[in-house]
Amino acid sequence: MKQTPLIDAHRKAQGKLVDFAGWEMPIQYSGVVDEYQTVRRHAGLFDVSHMGRIRVSGPGSLAFLQRVTTNDVSTLSVQQSHYSMICAQNGGIKDDIFVYHVKPYEFLVCVNASNREKIVTWLHEKVEQAQGCKVQDQSASLAQIAIQGPASRDILAAAGIADLSTLKIRHCLDATLGDDSLLVTRTGYTGELGYELYLPAERAPKVWEQLLEAGRPLSIKPAGLGARDLLRLEMAYLLYGNDMNEETTPIEAGAEWVVKFDKGDFIGRTELLAQQAQGTARRLVAFELVEKAVPRHGFKILSAQTPHTEIGEVTSGNLSPLLQKGIGMGYVPPATARPGSSILIDIRGRACPAVVVKPPFYKKPAGTP
Amino acid sequence: MIPSNLRYHQEHEWVRAEGTQATVGISHFAQDALGDIVFIDLPKVGAKVTAGQQIGEVESTKTTSTIYTPVSGTIAKINADLKDHPEVVNSDPYGKGWMAVIDLTAPAEVDQLMTAAQYETFLSKQKH
Repeated sequence: MKQTPLIDAHRKAQGKLVDFAGWEMPIQYSGVVDEYQTVRRHAGLFDVSHMGRIRVSGPGSLAFLQRVTTNDVSTLSVQQSHYSMICAQNGGIKDDIFVYHVKPYEFLVCVNASNREKIVTWLHEKVEQAQGCKVQDQSASLAQIAIQGPASRDILAAAGIADLSTLKIRHCLDATLGDDSLLVTRTGYTGELGYELYLPAERAPKVWEQLLEAGRPLSIKPAGLGARDLLRLEMAYLLYGNDMNEETTPIEAGAEWVVKFDKGDFIGRTELLAQQAQGTARRLVAFELVEKAVPRHGFKILSAQTPHTEIGEVTSGNLSPLLQKGIGMGYVPPATARPGSSILIDIRGRACPAVVVKPPFYKKPAGTP
Repeated sequence: MIPSNLRYHQEHEWVRAEGTQATVGISHFAQDALGDIVFIDLPKVGAKVTAGQQIGEVESTKTTSTIYTPVSGTIAKINADLKDHPEVVNSDPYGKGWMAVIDLTAPAEVDQLMTAAQYETFLSKQKH
């Protein structure tokens, strides 16, 4: 199994290590629910170095990214970022990504761990037809640490890493760390105020320690993949491999908002445009169970009308610690995709009533950052 | 972590027999493997159950696990506190985390279950 530069820190913190997409990663340390609560109330520290980090640079980098991603990269000012997708020619999702415009003619693309090699190969292949653009896989030389939760800004300030009081959501800035530079972005996968740090791999263990130290008075804890999955599910954020794959399109997955047809041609545009015009046979929805029960990936979704025929499948599900209800996502026909629609989830032979809801499940109280 | 006064089933349930009744729960090993328990589905009082049969489910943040009854009989009582506090099974699997009391129809079944020492050996083999 591959290991991140933080493997010793995980072992020291007695993280339960599991195989995640070929990486030896902590699924939990103190416990999934405890770590989840820590992120919602204080701050959690996540090692996300298993993800892929690809640098795209050169005068042709904007044109190249416009062609290989679905969102409109020209709208990104320097030090701004957005969520986007890389699609195949047929519109199927190859990966969901974050694109950071780090400096003029230079972008950092963050991809899923499970898709890294596939995407690096795809981008290398596509860049051959592009002018003035270079693609470099920097996944091994850079580490990535996420600090998420209401106390995260204060902890970064206390650690002396950066003053982030004016950094807006999805923006980033360069900070210095000794002789090295560090990219701090206000992004994450939890729905809380939070930041991600992109830093030289060899610096990661020291910075990890520093953040835990500086965050101790503010109740920081390391958090694992289990908590991360619960946090993202309450936000109804998609998880590649669960909620989407190459067989699904951004239109079906409810991610039209990152597909910008007006920007010009891009890979997958023709198919996606046709699909948007004709409508799709299924759509990803968020749902809540009426009675306490836990939906899981792969469970069948049934029609609420008799006969209760199978109409789809659950792609993600768990018990929401916040709502104390079973929540999930899954694909259903458009006729049952509207919020308020009744569906049934087949939980090991028991048809449990559920209602389609407007995502996210977790709505932050007004006035919180 | 393996109380000597209990008997154990290969699906990691424990049984405490007292006369013609037995209390059933899941072992420390089971709760630890499951991680944070968030919901428990228990059988109905009065339900007739046969040894080896599925009588409920434990949901954790990670996965779902079936509860099997190691003994046959009728469900006499269930631990209603687990509805609002399933996490008690994590913190006290052999005590407050008990799941059901069963009126035994075949008390001799209890003697066929593993002793604490046998269960310990069984676990060490599982962990290889």
